[in-house]
Amino acid sequence: MADEPLVLGIETSCDETGVGIVRGTDLLADAVASSVDAHARFGGVVPEVASRAHLEAMVPTIRRACDDAGIALSDVDAVAVTAGPGLAGALLVGVASAKALALSLGKPLYGINHLAAHVAVDQLQHGRLPEPTMALLVSGGHSSLLLVPDVTADVRPLGATIDDAAGEAFDKVARVLGLPFPGGPHIDRAAADGSIVIDFPRGLTSSRDMERHRFDFSFSGLKTAVARWVEAREAAGEPVPVTDVAASFQEAVVDVLTRKALLACRENGVDHLVVGGGVAANSRLRALAQERCDDAGVTLRVPRPALCTDNGAMVAALGAEMVRRGRSPGGSGLPADSSLPVTQVSVQ
Amino acid sequence: MLLLVMDTSSAVVTAAVHDGDTVVGHAVEHGAQAHGELLAPVIERALADAGARPSDLTDVCAGVGPGPFTGLRVGVVTARVMGEALGIPVHGICSLDVLAFQAFVESGFALDRLAVAADARRKEVYLRVYGRGARPASDPAVLKPADVDAEVAAGVVVGPGAWLYPDAFPGRAEPRELDGAAMAELVAARLQTGGDLLPPEPLYLRRPDAVENAQRKRVTPS
Ligand SMILES: [Zn+2]
Repeated sequence: MADEPLVLGIETSCDETGVGIVRGTDLLADAVASSVDAHARFGGVVPEVASRAHLEAMVPTIRRACDDAGIALSDVDAVAVTAGPGLAGALLVGVASAKALALSLGKPLYGINHLAAHVAVDQLQHGRLPEPTMALLVSGGHSSLLLVPDVTADVRPLGATIDDAAGEAFDKVARVLGLPFPGGPHIDRAAADGSIVIDFPRGLTSSRDMERHRFDFSFSGLKTAVARWVEAREAAGEPVPVTDVAASFQEAVVDVLTRKALLACRENGVDHLVVGGGVAANSRLRALAQERCDDAGVTLRVPRPALCTDNGAMVAALGAEMVRRGRSPGGSGLPADSSLPVTQVSVQ
Repeated sequence: MLLLVMDTSSAVVTAAVHDGDTVVGHAVEHGAQAHGELLAPVIERALADAGARPSDLTDVCAGVGPGPFTGLRVGVVTARVMGEALGIPVHGICSLDVLAFQAFVESGFALDRLAVAADARRKEVYLRVYGRGARPASDPAVLKPADVDAEVAAGVVVGPGAWLYPDAFPGRAEPRELDGAAMAELVAARLQTGGDLLPPEPLYLRRPDAVENAQRKRVTPS
């Protein structure tokens, strides 16, 4: 283990400034500074506010990660950074920082894909990924089903959301129910006290949709259905059963996510499923995924919540795997790409 | 002393190295939307030009604008992280001061009043007024060209903003662009004389555009 490379990873694709340090598959530090509170009053992430916060947080977060890991920056063997996808201005702060580090230390730089990093992070908790692995990534920015033969070089998208990301739907429904931003944890908590009594629609599950959008997701119609249901109650002067609405909405989301993920496993002969992204912290998603994986004989791997949300450790984890497999690093001119396709795991 | 300076406050991406006596390395690229791609290679070239390694550096300084935010942050964060990695002090300098210094030197140290205008987008300029010795006589501000004080606008105005709005600045003059070598000279002089340098903090001069959460939108027609 001691001879595995020490890799520092930087993540700034949205509102978390993350710096992680790993040695091989050993997590040494995972420092995160979040600007989420600065965005709360706007009801969503404001790109310029996020970019300013990344700039202010960068050096203190690097310092904290080095302290936590008990290393000096000069010990680092390679630097990895999220090159995309994400908010353009936010990504640039991280990419410029990683280049400055690599240049100063004379070490290689890996510009990597954020989505592949969400998959690779599981290696820090559950050991090396079996190949291939199925991955379900759900957050405020993405909802994707990926077949992953090689997390450093071969990631194949099977499906993705065609409108809102799953986490976005949680935020919007939380707003309808008068719950704070970000909506995920508040809906999860409210749902724990409610019952699944309202039959909200399951997007893209009709037999016709299962032909054209077999592994795609749609949460926009569900969000509208919830708003209509709530407004009808209000119009009738009846109280809104917030906990029941939260539980029923949450069930509609996680039912579709897990059903399609397990169908993808079965049809591709894959017996491991990784669930990642911020929504993977949702307790009902974890429980239902476990239940359905058990029934199907699939091994479920869900990293602990701190590793599921955006962080630098996931970037370092993928960077370390790239070094181990001898993938070539990028140059000092490598671009940040806000719409980097998931098929492109690294940027040169 | 081995000082590295860099500026990304305009479409010019530049870096230069100064050894305490003279400028020993310099590189420049143009690209308004590509600061993130251009800056690190420009720094590498300036260092190679100086025959220096990053670990030889004793000081680093970034132009803190004012200028378009996204590009500006690339320079400022690069300087901050290099300072952290190399364990050396990080400074900032108002980018408009560099253009004023260039104009002052080019005039044979004769100018005793000028203004520098940079492109602030949205049909506005960043403007700062200077007096004798290219010493600042105002804080940098963001203005519509038509709102610039008439006497200032009619006098010598240098920088990209002056050339972008020729009708508003009849006294526009060279230089149009920030020069990295001149920046290195100015910063080195300020370091040696204990002159004014700034913390490496962008001069934003504008708040982020953002609208606070309004009432939730209804989906049912009322
Ligand atoms: Zn993410």
